[in-house]
Amino acid sequence: MNLLRELWRSVAEFLRTFGAMALFFVDLLRYSPSTLFKRFNLVVYQVFNAGALSIVIIMVCGLFVGGVLGLQAFANLERFNAEEATGILAGFALVKEIGPVITALLFAGRAGTALASEIGLMKATDQLSAMEMMAVNPMHRVLVPRFLGGIISMPLLTAVFTMVGLLGAHLVAVEMQGVDVGAYWQQLQQTMDLDDVYEGITKSIVFGVVASLLAVWEGYNAVPTAEGVGRATTRTVVGTAIAVLILDFMITAYLL
Amino acid sequence: MGPSGSGKTTLLRLITRQLDPDRGRVLVDGVDIATLNQSELYQLRRRFGMLFQNGALLTDMNVFENVAFPLREHTGLGDRLIRLVVLSKLHSVGLRGAADLMPSELSGGMARRVALARAIVMDPDILIYDEPFVGLDPISMGVVVRLVRRMNDTLGISSIVVSHDIKEIAAVADRSHLISDGRVVASGSPEDLNKDSSEMVRQFMHGIADGPVAFHYDAPDYEEQLLGRDNE
Amino acid sequence: MRQNRAVELGTGLFVLLGIGALLFLTTQTTGRNDFSAAETYVVEARFENVGSLKKRSPVAMSGVTIGRVTDIQFDSDALEAVVTLIIDSRYDQIPDDSDASILTAGLLGSQYIGLQAGGSETYLEEGSEIYLTQSAVILENLIGKFLVQGSSDD
Repeated sequence: MNLLRELWRSVAEFLRTFGAMALFFVDLLRYSPSTLFKRFNLVVYQVFNAGALSIVIIMVCGLFVGGVLGLQAFANLERFNAEEATGILAGFALVKEIGPVITALLFAGRAGTALASEIGLMKATDQLSAMEMMAVNPMHRVLVPRFLGGIISMPLLTAVFTMVGLLGAHLVAVEMQGVDVGAYWQQLQQTMDLDDVYEGITKSIVFGVVASLLAVWEGYNAVPTAEGVGRATTRTVVGTAIAVLILDFMITAYLL
Repeated sequence: MGPSGSGKTTLLRLITRQLDPDRGRVLVDGVDIATLNQSELYQLRRRFGMLFQNGALLTDMNVFENVAFPLREHTGLGDRLIRLVVLSKLHSVGLRGAADLMPSELSGGMARRVALARAIVMDPDILIYDEPFVGLDPISMGVVVRLVRRMNDTLGISSIVVSHDIKEIAAVADRSHLISDGRVVASGSPEDLNKDSSEMVRQFMHGIADGPVAFHYDAPDYEEQLLGRDNE
Repeated sequence: MRQNRAVELGTGLFVLLGIGALLFLTTQTTGRNDFSAAETYVVEARFENVGSLKKRSPVAMSGVTIGRVTDIQFDSDALEAVVTLIIDSRYDQIPDDSDASILTAGLLGSQYIGLQAGGSETYLEEGSEIYLTQSAVILENLIGKFLVQGSSDD
C-alpha cells in the first residue's frame, strides 16, 4: 500500500513539474515579442553565446560522425555490391536523424549547461532578486534572451552539422574508398526529397525549443547554492537527452 | 535586529513583496501592497533602493554599467547625463576611480559600496540594507557605517537596516526593533534597548551565551544517552 | 548593453554559416533539376503496372532527365494506373507517338520513365496523353514466365 502511495506521489510530482514547466513556457513566449523589439542586442549576444561558441564542437563532431557513417555505409553496402548507395545511406541518416539528434545532445552538453549554470548562478548570488527589486523583469533581461538564443541557434547548428557530416561521408566514400563522385551525389539527389530535409529541420526546431526551455527552467529553479547549480546543470543534460530521444521517435513516427 | 533565523530577511521580503503574507497586511505610505498589480508594484519598487548582503552586482557588467543600470532601464536619459549621475553617486561612496572594474575584481567591501551607489542612483524614498555589516574588516565596516548614516541624513530618506551587529546598529539607528521567533520583542532607541531589562532583550544586547535562546540544542537526557539507556 | 563588436561579428558569421548550410542542404541534396511549374507542361500516361515508380521519379529521354512524375493515381473504371508527368518546356518537340516505359536505374532499382521517340510530326503539348506505354517489369512475372517456358520444353 505504501509503495502505491509513493508511486502516486512521484507521478503527481512529475505532473506538477510538467505543468509548471508548461506555464513557464507560455510565459517565455508571452515576453518574446517585447524582448525581441526592445532588447534585440541581448538576444544577439545569446545567439552568440549558445550558437557561435558551439560551432567548433559541432563542426568537428559533424565531420567525424559523417566520416564514420561513410565508413559503415560503404563497408556494409559492399556486401550487397551496392556501394554507390553509400551517399544515400549516409545522407538520409544524417539529414533525418543523426543531424538533429546528435546536434541536440551536443547542444545540451555545451550550451544547455552554460545557460543553466549562468542563470542558476545569478539566482544564487541574488542578482535575479536585485533585478526584481530594481523593477526590471528578469524575464526580459535574462530568461527570454537565452531562450530565444537557443531556439535560433539550434536549426543553424543542425544544418552546419549535417552539411559537414555529408562532406565527411563524401570524403570517406570518395577519397578513401573510391566510390564514384558522380554516383555518390547523383544517387543522393535523386532519392532525397525536400520533404526529408524539412523533416530534419522541423526536428531541429522542436529540439531547440525543448533544450532551451529545459536549460532556462533548470537554471531559474535551481537551489541557490553551489551544489544546487551543479545539480541543475546535470538535470538539464539528462532531461534534454531523454526528451529529445522520445520526441525524435514521436516525430519520426508521425511523419512517416 | 535579531538572532539568526528570527525572520529578519523574511520581513524584508514581505516589505518588498517578494513574499506575500499569510496573515496581516503590509502598508507602505498607507497603501496595502498586496492590492497592487504588476505595474503598480514595479512603480512602488522604484521608490525603494535595496542593498543585498553580498552586493548582488550583475556580473556581466563593469561597475559603471552596474550603477547606470536602473537609469538605463527606467529613464530615457542620454549617455552624458547618465555619466554625470553615475559618477556623482560613485563619488559619494568613494569609488569613482573604480568605475571600469568588473565586479569580480572588487573586494567585498567595495562591492557593497558599489551596490549602495546603485541603490541610490534613482534617488529612492526608502533604502533597505540587508545585513550590510557582515564579513567586513573594521575599516570597511567604519566606511559602511558612515555611508549609511550620511545617506540617511543628506538625502532625507527613510532607511531600514537589518542586522545583528549591535554596535553598528547603535551607531546608525534612530529607532530599532528586536525580532525573535517571528515577533517584535522590543522597540525603541538603541539606548532604550540597551537598558531594557527583559531576559530576551538582555541576552541579545549583551551577547549572553545561554538564556531564552538556549545554548543546548534540543537533546535527550545526557546521562541516559551516555549510558546507552535511551536506545532500549 | 552588449555592444561588443566582436560579439556582433561572431554572431553574424555564425548565422550566415547556418543559413548557408541550410541552403546547401535544400539545394545540393535534393534533385537539382527541380522543375518548377512555370517552365513545364503537363502530360499524362496510363500504365497497367507502375511497379515502384514514385512521385518525383525522373522522366528521361535518351538518358537525359527532361521532367518528372508529379502524380500517380488509379483509375477504377479503366482499372489502370494514371501517371501525370511534367516535361521541361524547352523540350517541346517530342513526337506524340513516343512510347513511355518504366525502367530501372542502377542496381538498387529506383524506377523512372524512359521516353523513346516515335516518328510523328505532331508533338506532345500541355494536356497530351502518351498512348504507347510499357508497364514495369515485375520480377515475379518474369520468373513465372521463365518457369513456364522452361517446363514446356520438356
